[in-house]
Amino acid sequence: MTKEYETIINTITLPYRWALGPAWTRFFDGLKEEKIYGTRCRKCKKIFVPARSFCPDCFEDLDEWSDVSQEGTLRSWTLVKKSHYGQVRRPPYALGLIHLDGTDCDFIHFIGGIDLSDLKKVREKIKAGTRVKAVWNKEKNANIHDISYFKPLK
Amino acid sequence: MGKAVAIIGTGQTKHGRRNDVSYPELVREAVKAALEDAGLTPKDIEGVVSGTMPSMMEGISDTHLYFADAICEVGKPVLKVETCGSTGQSIAHCGFYWVASGAADIVLVVGSEKMFEGDGQATMSTVADPWFLKPFSAGAPGVFTMQAMEWMHRFNIPEDKAREAAALISLTNHDNALNNPFAHIKITMTIEDAKNAFIITYPVRLLDVCPTSDGACAVIFASEEKAKKICKKPAWIKGVGFRGEEYFLGESNKSIWPSATEAAKHAYEQAGIKNPLKELDVAEVYNPFTYQEMIFYECFGFCPRGEGPDYVLKGTFTMKGELPCDPSGGVLCTNPIGASGLIRLAEAALQVTGKAGARQIDGAKLALSHAMGGIDQFNGVTIVGADL
Repeated sequence: MTKEYETIINTITLPYRWALGPAWTRFFDGLKEEKIYGTRCRKCKKIFVPARSFCPDCFEDLDEWSDVSQEGTLRSWTLVKKSHYGQVRRPPYALGLIHLDGTDCDFIHFIGGIDLSDLKKVREKIKAGTRVKAVWNKEKNANIHDISYFKPLK
Repeated sequence: MGKAVAIIGTGQTKHGRRNDVSYPELVREAVKAALEDAGLTPKDIEGVVSGTMPSMMEGISDTHLYFADAICEVGKPVLKVETCGSTGQSIAHCGFYWVASGAADIVLVVGSEKMFEGDGQATMSTVADPWFLKPFSAGAPGVFTMQAMEWMHRFNIPEDKAREAAALISLTNHDNALNNPFAHIKITMTIEDAKNAFIITYPVRLLDVCPTSDGACAVIFASEEKAKKICKKPAWIKGVGFRGEEYFLGESNKSIWPSATEAAKHAYEQAGIKNPLKELDVAEVYNPFTYQEMIFYECFGFCPRGEGPDYVLKGTFTMKGELPCDPSGGVLCTNPIGASGLIRLAEAALQVTGKAGARQIDGAKLALSHAMGGIDQFNGVTIVGADL
């Protein structure tokens, strides 16, 4: 056996205070009011969710705000079974790429409101193409968790 | 592309859990091997490029201080590049451009990661902002699995067929790793093992997913004049391509993955490759996830869109197939992230110079190497050939 050399243990904890800027601040304020805001590009006409201050395609300023639909279509999903440090929820939980009606991109959030303990049932309820609707948290903190999850519609 | 550039030396560590050495000692192991392979000393190196995954992974953020002596950087110009998983291809391209510009004749490129020292999945969740993306991360598998599910849906690929093909990819890579003295995971497994393994993020299971590894890789780039003088059999750089994508996941169609497609196309144009499946002899595809590997095959033009599983199931990419992929066992069996993309290039160089030992593809003359990084954000490709 080769000798096991020593290791040193040290934990790094660092505080940050991130600036969200005007567009993301307004987006989160909107969530508090149970509204999902996107911004529309005057040049390419695309609506982006979450709202942002400049177009990723055209590099134009975005100042046209849109209160977008809270229903959409699931583009993709997965059921997370493995846990790791720093996860917001305990597995099992479902993630989805959601395309809200009338917008031009997908965004990522939880899929919920169904029994996630049985994979067979999950596969019956969640599929790419499934219609979903935002379910709001009673308690609002102007952050992404003001939307609790997106629930599959029957 | 600038002036002609060759790879004249490569070095890898034995990858795996390497508590037996400090991080600088690990890095030096690869650098020393590359210098010996090229027949050079540190004095011959004119410039150094190095990178890891974002330095959060190391827990020591000035890696160029930590590795200063190990990468022979003292008294030399130094560059640091980090693009997550694609770091290995990014630093290689950096070394290539440096020599192709004519500003240096011999440049050392070093990639490394010592993942057993930290918490790999937790660190990976720090690559994204904590207010939009991080809350929904499930390590790397969450994002890559959703990409695979989207791909299956858009191309109407039956889940069972994709499952069968992913299991065969897992088996092929694990078998190949047994022939690679540097590989980390060396196990004998079956298709059934892959299909019944623990679910990480449905439908991705344990044997569909890469390990975390400690390891380093070093590659030495040289100008045509120096390469011809120093090296009996250099590997020539035939084409390089790299593309990035936007910030928010969900703005581009990852089932046809624009960055992977365009990076390969750019490299093929320079290398004069029109039919990659026929013209390439071997490919080292960055394959941390079996399902994702099939998307790469399609993006790289190895098969038509949506037909990845069919080509896999008929054995196209096995050691005896039409285009063997990852004879090294790939990222699926060895993943020191900051080194992984450079290992792909080193392996491709070994193949076209006939130095790949038990994993050699007979007579390989043209090889593709690749790496992917970030939240499906970056793709880099380098083509190497036996002839200038």
